[in-house]
Amino acid sequence: MSKNAVLTSNLCHYYGFGENRKKVLDKVNINIKERELVLLKGPSGCGKTTLLTLIGALRTCQEGSLNVLARELNGATRKTRQRLRRNIGMIFQGHNLLRCLTAEQNVQMGADLIKGLTYLQRREIARKWLSEVGLEDHHKKLPNALSGGQKQRVAIARALSANPKLLLADEPTSALDSVTGREIVSLLKRLSKDQNCSVLMVTHDPRISDMADRILNMEDGKIF
Amino acid sequence: MNFFKFRKIPLAWLLLSRQPLRLLVAIAGISFAGILMFMQIGFRDGLFDTSVTIHNLLDADLVLISPRSKSSISMSGFPKRRLIQALAQNEVKSVSPVNLNYLLWRNPENLKTRSILALGFNPDDSILLDKEFSKKANLLKNPGRVLFDSLSRPEFGPVEEWFKSGRKVQTEVAGKRVLVEGLVELGPSFGADGNLITSTETYLKLFPANPKGSIEIGLVKLVANSDSQKVSQILNKSLPNDVRVLTKDEFIEFEKNYWKTSTAIGFIFSLGAFMGFIVGCVVVYQILYSDVTDHLPEYATLLAMGYRLKSLFFVVAREGFLLALFGYLPAYVSGQILYAVIRNSTKLPIIMDSNKSITIFLLILVMCMGSAGIAMRKLVDADPAEIF
Repeated sequence: MSKNAVLTSNLCHYYGFGENRKKVLDKVNINIKERELVLLKGPSGCGKTTLLTLIGALRTCQEGSLNVLARELNGATRKTRQRLRRNIGMIFQGHNLLRCLTAEQNVQMGADLIKGLTYLQRREIARKWLSEVGLEDHHKKLPNALSGGQKQRVAIARALSANPKLLLADEPTSALDSVTGREIVSLLKRLSKDQNCSVLMVTHDPRISDMADRILNMEDGKIF
Repeated sequence: MNFFKFRKIPLAWLLLSRQPLRLLVAIAGISFAGILMFMQIGFRDGLFDTSVTIHNLLDADLVLISPRSKSSISMSGFPKRRLIQALAQNEVKSVSPVNLNYLLWRNPENLKTRSILALGFNPDDSILLDKEFSKKANLLKNPGRVLFDSLSRPEFGPVEEWFKSGRKVQTEVAGKRVLVEGLVELGPSFGADGNLITSTETYLKLFPANPKGSIEIGLVKLVANSDSQKVSQILNKSLPNDVRVLTKDEFIEFEKNYWKTSTAIGFIFSLGAFMGFIVGCVVVYQILYSDVTDHLPEYATLLAMGYRLKSLFFVVAREGFLLALFGYLPAYVSGQILYAVIRNSTKLPIIMDSNKSITIFLLILVMCMGSAGIAMRKLVDADPAEIF
């Protein structure tokens, strides 16, 4: 088993067809080790999000090699990708909580993916993660009743509750003020280390650069 | 405990219940469609059932009719001799000739006339299954006496009321004086608004144009444990073809079949029920489709988390199922109430039997699940790669 959570070699990706075909990723070679927190920076439109969705097994890999959690994704079936996604936690820019579920239920949607546990055990896990992110008193609230920072904490709890080995975050702090943003990232860092979970975070935010183990810079589909 | 292993957050229920207004609209729409279907199918079955109220009450194993008879509203006569000939069969225990025709009844209160179904029979014969009836039949032995159906429509006059208060109810049938000697309970049908029963003797006085020795219905009772199907076949073969032998069930089916095939009524009501079905489909589809569209990013998030598309299909299917349940209950209750209202005002025997309640439930279920199936196609648009 490889020590790398993510390993790509000469990964290329294109959008469009024929004359309109545009190269968005150009021979990307990156690796993310276990327990590492890596920041991915770069101007908008440089292909960060594309790379993230490829690693997150949300897109089919077109060219090159992409190895995520010891699974080769070039040529992987839909089913393999869907299975793999269960081991990858995702945190989105716009938190993407289910509006009709309470904070606790949202977290449990993540915990429900764990096989072989009873409903109550899974609820315990959800409760545990909510208190880890400091929201134990808000577990009955709907997302609308929570502040931006609180929603993002719920999203983190949800992503971690399924015991992921890799966490992908797309600008998780962009909708937050600087204090809350740092708080969220340090929380993310602490919890992921506890869980032996690698993190790849796309961000523009210069305020959190110092918290990363490593920073990757991307421009025009290339890593520098 | 497998239940606890498989139990998950009740997403379908929460999706519906956290938008109470939309849920209410959906339930109202489905219930409305359900009520519409209950009404239409109720009327349809009510028609078919009322058309055979008298048929059901007849005390007979076999029934002889003229092959030209199409239904109780257009009965032709056949020679009474045929009924006597039927007695030659060993299995035949007894026979009773019955005359049947529409005669004009004069409302004793406002003196307006109205067509009523008159049955004429020999008071010594038992022609109805009702035990009470045999006692009342004796009252008909005096000429000019009739038994009036107390379930007849009110247009025939306050006969029941007058009779029960001890008042003598005398009126005219086909221009001849008759005296109401008793009440029976038969029930009106779509074909007949009211019924009266009298002796053959009185019947022939009221309707002298009846050809001599001609009857409309011949009732045959068989000895115990005989195979009515077999005897009916033997009689059909042995009797001339100016008469047709039916078992009682075939006779009931013959009448129902007339209303089903020779009139547009069955079609009209089935079409009405179908319209209700379509209205319901549109409502459920609209609700579920907008529900899926509104929650598309959330469904995409679930896909990104590793949920299978199939499990999302199940969520929508479960929403459809819940809507069917919630929509059916008010429809069922309203159906019961409306049936009672219709029974009271029209005296048609429209009842909520298990047949109707199950049929409508299945229709609502098909309606909701079908619409959910179409709304599901929208789920394929949920692309987890687009939500970053």
